[in-house]
Amino acid sequence: MRPYVSVVAGALALGVLGGAAHANTLTVGLAAEPTSIDPHFHNLSPNNSLLTHVFEPLIAQDAQQRHQPALAVSWRPISDTTWEFKLREGVTFHDGSAFNADDVVFSFERAPNVPNSPSSFKTYTGGKTVKKVDDYTVHFMTEKPYPLMPNDVSTIFIVSNETSGATTEDYNSGKAAVGTGQYKFVEYVPGDRIVVARNDAYWGAKAGFDKVTFKPIKSDPARVAALLAGDVDMIEAVPTTDIARLKADGKVTLSSGVSNRVIYFYLDQYRESTPQVTAKDGSAIRNPFLDLRVRQAVSYAINRQAIADRVMEGASLPAGQLLPDGFFGTSPKISAPAYDPTKAVMLLGEAGYSNGFKMVVHGPNDRYLNDAKIVEAVAQMLNRVGIEASVETLPRSVYFKRASTGLDGEPEFTMGLVGWGSATGEASSPLKSLIATFDKGKGLGASNRGRYSNAEVDALLAQALSTVDDAKREALLAKATEISMSEIGIVPVHFQVNTWATRKGLSYTPRTDEYTLVRDVVVK
Amino acid sequence: MSAFILRRLFQSAVAVIVMSLLVFFGVSVVGDPVYMLISPDMPQAEIEATIKQFGFDRPIWEQYFLFVKNALQGDLGNSFIFAEPALKLIIERMPATLELALAAVLMAVVLGIPLGVYAGLKPRSAISKVIMGSSILGFSLPTFWVGIMLIMIFAVILGWLPSTGRGETVNLLGVPVSFLTWDGLTHLFLPAFNLALLKISLVIRLARAGTLEVWHQDYIKFARAKGLGNRRIVFVHVLKNIMIPVVTVLGLEFGNLVAFSVVTETIFAWPGMGKLLIGSIQTLDRPVIVGYLLLITVMFVIINLIVDVLYSILDPRVRLADRGA
Repeated sequence: MRPYVSVVAGALALGVLGGAAHANTLTVGLAAEPTSIDPHFHNLSPNNSLLTHVFEPLIAQDAQQRHQPALAVSWRPISDTTWEFKLREGVTFHDGSAFNADDVVFSFERAPNVPNSPSSFKTYTGGKTVKKVDDYTVHFMTEKPYPLMPNDVSTIFIVSNETSGATTEDYNSGKAAVGTGQYKFVEYVPGDRIVVARNDAYWGAKAGFDKVTFKPIKSDPARVAALLAGDVDMIEAVPTTDIARLKADGKVTLSSGVSNRVIYFYLDQYRESTPQVTAKDGSAIRNPFLDLRVRQAVSYAINRQAIADRVMEGASLPAGQLLPDGFFGTSPKISAPAYDPTKAVMLLGEAGYSNGFKMVVHGPNDRYLNDAKIVEAVAQMLNRVGIEASVETLPRSVYFKRASTGLDGEPEFTMGLVGWGSATGEASSPLKSLIATFDKGKGLGASNRGRYSNAEVDALLAQALSTVDDAKREALLAKATEISMSEIGIVPVHFQVNTWATRKGLSYTPRTDEYTLVRDVVVK
Repeated sequence: MSAFILRRLFQSAVAVIVMSLLVFFGVSVVGDPVYMLISPDMPQAEIEATIKQFGFDRPIWEQYFLFVKNALQGDLGNSFIFAEPALKLIIERMPATLELALAAVLMAVVLGIPLGVYAGLKPRSAISKVIMGSSILGFSLPTFWVGIMLIMIFAVILGWLPSTGRGETVNLLGVPVSFLTWDGLTHLFLPAFNLALLKISLVIRLARAGTLEVWHQDYIKFARAKGLGNRRIVFVHVLKNIMIPVVTVLGLEFGNLVAFSVVTETIFAWPGMGKLLIGSIQTLDRPVIVGYLLLITVMFVIINLIVDVLYSILDPRVRLADRGA
């Protein structure tokens, strides 16, 4: 028993001293572990979020994903197909070398070509030619007018061309992890921690902390406990079940904000007979969702406010379109559809389904906040209007494959829950992937699993994607959104609200892209 | 003897081959890693390029033979999400897990044997009843729940111990270990205790049963008749005899601790192999899952082989060659 007692006694002493050791360091509990320190290796939120501390793009996105000058001081289209970027002068990399146009050209060449990349940045670099004009001017050229240039450019981190030839391992070991960001890379211990330190030579506002340690703690209760125990100063992705408790805790400050992620159901609206729908007696029937009235009935049957209040415990905002109000390309005319079960029953009757039908609703159970619970709640609500809905939820590793190409290469489910976060922070991203007619060759409708299709919407989107004028493009995107939402191309349920928790004395400015960035931590 | 070992080696090889088949095909029918890897806004054409790049478009048996061919050269493939050799990732995390498992075994011995012997010597005392009652709890409470409770009590409410991570490490013969630093020790204590709980209960039961049995045997009576003190009888004669089953069971359980510390490592964010495995299962990082399970199979095969050989050396009554084992 002796060693036990002394360990505990010693730990007690350490705990008492521990309080003062915070000084000017910050420890962050992350919900997901980044997979690499190479900023071009894996296009994945946890990576992009973490590496924003070390590396910078030409254009940064602020907490609302609006564009801010970073390594570029200004950018503008100089012709229909050419964008000119003026670069920031006097910036140095962490190894002391100077930043100039050569680094930009090098980075855009490297980003799409990292060997073994599981998800490359080709999506953003494709179709663009980068040309150095002088040391601090770069031209980005495309074949057709391309208004989303600033959005795409903002996703690519700039690395030093002196690290040419560096492999992903060289970044992970720190040898090549040389950026221009507020923080310098210090250490990466896979599975345990990533450490960065203040960059005193930073061109902009200096970092607020001397040293920041990121600790991936995937287990939800453990992450919350680590904050309460004082082992970390802040955590991301506070589980909704803990929000009420933490709110009442005087030692913790909660910050929450709506994200760019819409949670929605898609409805199979292209097949004559759809896999999981039958009449109530089990006999085969025609796909009811081909009828707009049935799709509208589903939307009216969902009590979005109840889901936000009870299932999400306040951590969501009822949705009627693809992005929350205020984002570029949303329509001010659309609000979240009202809950109206009577109307739903009426519409079902008009469509000839007064007896309802039987169906299975699908969804993942480990991907979005409370995903399985939402599916269950919605199935209950459908039962209330006469659609006999049962539920099947699956782990995401199985769900997404089957939802996209499960049935001889076709989407397998009739009705399924999915979420969409708009990396570009504007409406063309969901319109292109969720609403546009599925077209492999053009790369459109890649996630349009219900196969909604409307030629007018496609035309509006195509026009928007080649309109460089912001006001005109925004109007086109809003119009495309209005038409597709009135036809129930998808059934939006809500926008996820993300919550961060910090120890007392700190607070966090919530970001719509769900990133956890130390520069948005406010010290009180 | 050597014929026996040869036969056992051959059997072990068959076990490893069968296991590799089972694991490889088992893992390959579950889900699709491509959808775990790609960013959702990638167009279909790029998804297909990724599928080609990782060779998922090839028939499964072809993927298997490629895997075997590389495995024979010591290459278990690259992790999909880390792009580093799977074997390297696993071995990198092995010291953390071994340290945790060793600490747990140590706790099981240090706490379990005295408590068990006490309960065996005084089976009717109130304290013994408490010990035995607690050992039932140790058996039946889920590790996950106990882990969270330990964190709540010792880290959150009392604030004595850290709740997460591994703490400071120093290199011992080139291997990073945390038990040599104070910070590392405090980080080690809770997860090791959580992992040890079940083993402590097991050792208590074994030690108690052994003590009860030994206490009434002739040689103990004889020792007492000779006038030896209780202390000497317990520490020399009883302990020596109850250690055989304890050591055997703990030896085998050690393998289990190393292989399946998954839950504890997840709750305490302990950067070991278990945490890697669970992360790899969630993201369908097949090479890591297959590599891990194969490594564990080999480990168990070796442990069993050693145990069998040791038995034949320790106990001449076990005639391995004749048993046809």
